[in-house]
Amino acid sequence: MDQAIDIEGAVKRYGTVTALHGVSLSIADNEFFTLLGPSGCGKTTLLRMIAGFEDITAGEIRLFGQNIARLEPNQRPVNTVFQQYALFPHMTVIENVGFGLKMKGFDATQRKARAGQMLEMVHLSDYADRRPSQLSGGQQQRVALARALAPEPKVLLLDEPLSALDLKLRQAMRVELKQLQEDTGITFIFVTHDQEEALTMSDRIAVMSSGRVQQIGTARDIYETPVNRFVADFIGETNLLEVTVSKADGDTAEVILPGGHHLICPAAGARLGQQHLSIRPERLRLAHGAGQLSATVQRVVYLGTDLHVMLVLEGGTQLVARLQNSRQLSAPEAGAHVFLDLDDGAARLLAD
Amino acid sequence: MAFPLLLPTWAMIGIFLLLPVILMAIYSFLTKEFRGGVVWEFSLAAYDQFFVNRGLFGDEPATLEWTYIGIFWRSIWQAIVATTICLLIGFPTAWFIATRAPTTRGVWLFLITIPYWVNLLIRTVSLKFLIRDNGPLNEFLMGLGVIDSPLPLVNTNLAVQLGLFYSYLPFMVLPIYAAVERYDFAYSEAAADLYASRWVIMREIIMPIVKPGIIAGCILVFVPSLGAFLAPDLLGGAKTFMIGSLIEEQFRGSLGNWPFGAAVSMILMSLVLMALLFYARSMAREGTR
Ligand SMILES: Nc1ncnc2c1ncn2[C@@H]1O[C@H](COP(=O)(O)OP(=O)(O)OP(=O)(O)O)[C@@H](O)[C@H]1O
Ligand SMILES: [Mg+2]
Repeated sequence: MDQAIDIEGAVKRYGTVTALHGVSLSIADNEFFTLLGPSGCGKTTLLRMIAGFEDITAGEIRLFGQNIARLEPNQRPVNTVFQQYALFPHMTVIENVGFGLKMKGFDATQRKARAGQMLEMVHLSDYADRRPSQLSGGQQQRVALARALAPEPKVLLLDEPLSALDLKLRQAMRVELKQLQEDTGITFIFVTHDQEEALTMSDRIAVMSSGRVQQIGTARDIYETPVNRFVADFIGETNLLEVTVSKADGDTAEVILPGGHHLICPAAGARLGQQHLSIRPERLRLAHGAGQLSATVQRVVYLGTDLHVMLVLEGGTQLVARLQNSRQLSAPEAGAHVFLDLDDGAARLLAD
Repeated sequence: MAFPLLLPTWAMIGIFLLLPVILMAIYSFLTKEFRGGVVWEFSLAAYDQFFVNRGLFGDEPATLEWTYIGIFWRSIWQAIVATTICLLIGFPTAWFIATRAPTTRGVWLFLITIPYWVNLLIRTVSLKFLIRDNGPLNEFLMGLGVIDSPLPLVNTNLAVQLGLFYSYLPFMVLPIYAAVERYDFAYSEAAADLYASRWVIMREIIMPIVKPGIIAGCILVFVPSLGAFLAPDLLGGAKTFMIGSLIEEQFRGSLGNWPFGAAVSMILMSLVLMALLFYARSMAREGTR
């Protein structure tokens, strides 16, 4: 079975600026795949390259085995939901949704039926005869979605489609989008710089930074086993510590923290010497009596469901712990001396 | 309060736009004075002269007078042709300018408007100089050996068209430029993404969206072309007598007929107003569709 999308060594240069440095990735059919990365990392460039709006400086793009890198946008069976929606202002909602069908040669009755069906799917049947300018942002977003899905593309590209919506709507649309993807069985390639969005919706995520793919994996993979410092830092909160690896044998390594604490952590094939260690704040626990680390509480920030405890290890290293706010927990107070325990596998050595 | 702020505007429009039109309307219903000017006495003679034919000595049964309607018809036709030519040349020009880098657009617009720093009369005369039998254009073509004898350009319809085109092209280019410059090319990308070819994108996306600019340009060229008298007069000669010349003649020297000139102006203005109203109505209907 061919992959839906196969990108091999995609390079994009704008004059002297290189936006993509040889990106390679494969996306399976029916997959909800997300490109995640900070602003300017090349997500839009990659997406536009798949759609055909940017030509590829070097490399290959295959769609179900067919090389599409040289095809015009209107010859590629992929559709795009644009960040600013780009709904045609002079057409009604239903005309917008029917446009792709018209171009594909469906007659007026077929168009009307199918476009109506799409509008029903995005709950906008009552708005068929309105103009885009008479819709709210969320409604426009759904029209853009219906318009792109109507011609049944093999792959749907979405460039930060939720970024213009307010938080509540954004959260609701996440669920709807995911549902829509499962119902239609169309491969979605979703671009976002919002990690929460990426983590909640995607089957797999490609984390990008400065024109390179840093890691590809499920939400769990990239959160729990980030391959490098960038991914660990970008996804979720983390404590990044500079440590010295003193012993490495097989699957575990012994590291020495700046304050002299020793920790054992999983690290297959770690090398000795200076490295970075990532500890997720929520994987730290307050220990009763003695623990693996000892620290002084600096500040406690109340976040509703959680408590954010800022700590200083002996030796001056700063650390943040995130504790669940439960009744049993007696909140530590600033200045208190506490012991900390780490969950199994909470500390990870990172490649740079 | 908006009213006091707008007062100067309303005053200007009232005094310098409305008042002359009202005066003209009144004059068209007065009696003509022999050496130009009017006698303050109500009369329909001007309109009668325009529409009714009673024979050479005024004693035959009344029939429709075709002379002036013919002039109107010819002028309208000329204006339509001039507008079409301006559109065909102006649209690509505007498109070209609007799709340049923002910094170079200003230069192009500046170049387009340079000729308009010179008075219309002078420009028209120099155009005549350029295309006359022993003018630079003909000499150049004969020098190249393309033609043996000078092209008779002056005193033809072609020359009038050339004059109108030259006079009013920027009025076509500027509004279309403004519309294309505002056009968001994301619409073109979206259409291409939905399998539209270049031609379909132009016809079904770009044209409808920039249409207000095209229509504004057409109005701005059509209306003054219809009433133009410099280009027809200087470049066209007697064969191409237009409304503008007809009106101008009525107010010139002692041979004029002020009420008749005023009446022709009023008829011309009503025609233009009717066309604009018709257009506004159809736009409004389209907007609510
Ligand atoms: N037309 C262009 N000419 C020159 N450089 C460009 C062009 N388009 C993009 N770039 C550069 O390529 C890089 C990647 O841009 P891109 O738009 O893909 O980023 P992005 O990941 O989508 O960011 P954002 O999250 O802000 O949308 C950026 O450094 C940008 O400056
Ligand atoms: Mg982007």
